[in-house]
Amino acid sequence: MTNTELPDARTLVAIYRKMAAIKLNDDRFISQIKAGRLVMPYYSARGQECIPAAISVLLTDADYLVTIYRGIHDMIAKGVPPKLIWAELAGRSTGSCKGKGGPMHITHPQSGCMVTTGVVGAGMPIACGLALAAQLRGEKRVTVTNFGDGAANIGAFHESLNLAAVWKLPVIFVCQNNRYAEHTSMAKGTSIERISERARSYNMPSAHVDGNEPVAVHQAAKIAIERARGGGGPTLIEATTFRFNGHLIGDTGEYIPKQEYQAALAADPYPRYRNWLLQNKHATAEELSTIETETAADVDAAVAFAFDSPLTEVSEITRDVYASPA
Amino acid sequence: MSAPINTIQALNWALDDAMAADGSVILLGEEVADPEGGGIMKVSQGLSTKYGARVRSTPISEMAFTGAGVGAAIAGMRPVVEIMLMNFLAVCMDQITNHAAKLRFMSGGQTHVPMVIRTMTGSGFQTGGQHADFLEAWFCHTPGIKVAMPSNPADAYGLLRGAIEDEDPVLFVEHFPSYWNPGAPPARGKAIALGKARIAKAGKDVTLIGYSRSMHDILSVEKKLGADGVDCEVIDLRTVSPLDMETILTSVSKTGRAVVVHEAVRSFGVGAEVSARIHEALFRELRAPVERVASKDSPVPFAKQLENAYLYSHGDIEGAVRQTLKS
Repeated sequence: MTNTELPDARTLVAIYRKMAAIKLNDDRFISQIKAGRLVMPYYSARGQECIPAAISVLLTDADYLVTIYRGIHDMIAKGVPPKLIWAELAGRSTGSCKGKGGPMHITHPQSGCMVTTGVVGAGMPIACGLALAAQLRGEKRVTVTNFGDGAANIGAFHESLNLAAVWKLPVIFVCQNNRYAEHTSMAKGTSIERISERARSYNMPSAHVDGNEPVAVHQAAKIAIERARGGGGPTLIEATTFRFNGHLIGDTGEYIPKQEYQAALAADPYPRYRNWLLQNKHATAEELSTIETETAADVDAAVAFAFDSPLTEVSEITRDVYASPA
Repeated sequence: MSAPINTIQALNWALDDAMAADGSVILLGEEVADPEGGGIMKVSQGLSTKYGARVRSTPISEMAFTGAGVGAAIAGMRPVVEIMLMNFLAVCMDQITNHAAKLRFMSGGQTHVPMVIRTMTGSGFQTGGQHADFLEAWFCHTPGIKVAMPSNPADAYGLLRGAIEDEDPVLFVEHFPSYWNPGAPPARGKAIALGKARIAKAGKDVTLIGYSRSMHDILSVEKKLGADGVDCEVIDLRTVSPLDMETILTSVSKTGRAVVVHEAVRSFGVGAEVSARIHEALFRELRAPVERVASKDSPVPFAKQLENAYLYSHGDIEGAVRQTLKS
C-alpha cells in the first residue's frame, strides 16, 4: 500500500466499517438465498468492497449515486440503511421501494441513492442529468455513477462521457473493472487493456487504480470529487477488482481459469485491508472486532426487521404507475 | 377574433410561457439553442437568448441527452427534451421505456420523472422508411408514460403546457406536415390537462375518433357526409394514453357506431385498442362492428405513388363510415 497522502486513521477505519457492512450483508444474502428464504437474482459484489467504501467516505447524503444491478455494495457504502434493502429483497411493504423494485432497482433519495438500473450502461446518461440539475442550480453536489467493465462497450458509456466532458458536468464515472462482462473476459470483449484510457478520447481526466487498495481508490476519488465540486468537470476512474461469486448466484464460473480465480481469492481485499490496518497500527484488533460484532448485530436486526414486516399488499400493483391511479 | 397562428408559433409560445412561469423548465435537444437555429423547425427560436443556459443544444446523442432529461427530472427539474424525429426514439428507447416510464413504480414512488419528450413525424414529404413513422403504440403499450398528440395550434399550446405541468413523463407527438396550417390561437396561460378528449363536432349517427393528422381528414370527410345527411360525432382524443374512455363510450352509446382513424399502421395500433374497449363495454349496444382506418402494414415507402397508397384515403374513411351504416 502506498503511504502518500494517507487518510487519517478515523477515515481508514470508517472505510473498514463500510467494507465489513458490505461483506457481512453479502454473506447473509447468499445464505438466505441458499436457505430458500430470499428468492431473487442476486449479483454479489463480494471482492469489490473497497471501491465504494473508499469513495463514499468522501461523499455526503446530498451527493448523488447512480448504480447498477451489482450495486448493493455501493448502496450500503453510500448510506442506504441495510434494513430497508433487506425488506425490499424480502418483498415487504417496509422495503425501500415497497418490494416493487427488488435488488436491481433499489432507490433511497435520502441517502442520495437516486437510481439503480438493471440495464448495462444505462445509469450513465441519467447521472449526467442529475449532475446537470446540480450545475444549473449552482449546487456543489457531485454525482457518482458506477458500472462494470462490460458497460464500457455500450453506446451509453461513450455518449455520456462525451456529453459530460462537453458540458463539464460534476460526474465521477467509476468503472469497477472485475474482468468479466457476464461470462466474457475483458480480453475477448474489449479492444484496450485499460478502460481509463478511453477518457482521453473525450478530453476527460482519468485515473487507473488497484480497486483492491482502499487508499489508492480514496486518493483517486478525492482528486475527482474535488475537481467536480470545483467546477472542473468529470473524471473517469477505473478500479480493477474481481467478483468472487460469478455473474450471479448460481453461476459456476467455468469460464474463469482456475489459476486466475485462485490468485484473485488470494488477493481478497477484505482480509488484506484488515491486516494492513493492524500491521500499520491504524486500528487495534479490539476496535476491528467491535466493528465486526456491531455490524453482525446490525445484519441480524436488518434480517429480523425484513422478515417481521408485512408483505407488500397486492393492491400496490396499480399504485405508483402514474402520479394518480389510472 | 384574434389572428390565426400556426403550430410552430403555438409551441414556441407554450415553451416560452412555461419557462417564464417555472424556472425548473429546461430544454435539451439537437440544435434547440439560437446559435444552432432555435430548433430545426424554429420551435424554440429566441428561447436560449431569453433563458440562457436553460436551453441547451446537444450533441447527436439521443441516449445521453434523453437520459440526462430523466436524471434532471428526478432531481426536480422539468426537462423538455426534443427528439428531432419520432423514428429516432428507437435510439433512446431504453431511457424512455425502461427508465422514464418505470422509475416511479420501481422506486415505490420515491422518485418520478416529470419530463416531456417532444417529437415530430408524418408522411407526405417522401422521406422514406426512417423519418415518417407514427410509433405511438409502442409507448401506449408501456405503463407509466403518457402520450399526447395534438391536432391543431390551440391544442398544441394547451397540451404542451399540460404535459410540462404533468407529474408523469409525457411523449408529445407533433405532426410536422401540418405545422404551418393556421388555426385559432390558444388562450395563453391555459394548460389543457392530459387524459381528456374533446368533442370536435357533435352528431348522432356515427362516432369518428381520431387524433393528430387524422383529425384533418376526419373533419373534411365529415363535412361531405353531412351534406349527404349523415350526422357524425367527431372525437379528438388529444391524449392517446391514457384513453378518455368516458367520452368515447358516452358518444358510442349514443350513436351505436364507431370508426377509428390514425396514420399509424393498422395492426396492433391505437385503433385496435379503442375498438377492443368499445366492443368490451358496448357489445350489445353496437349497431355495427367498430371500423378501423389506418396506414398499410408496411414501412413508409419513398416513391410518391407508393407513399400515397401507404396512407389511407378520404375514400377509406367514407367507406368505413358507410360500412357501419349498412347494419
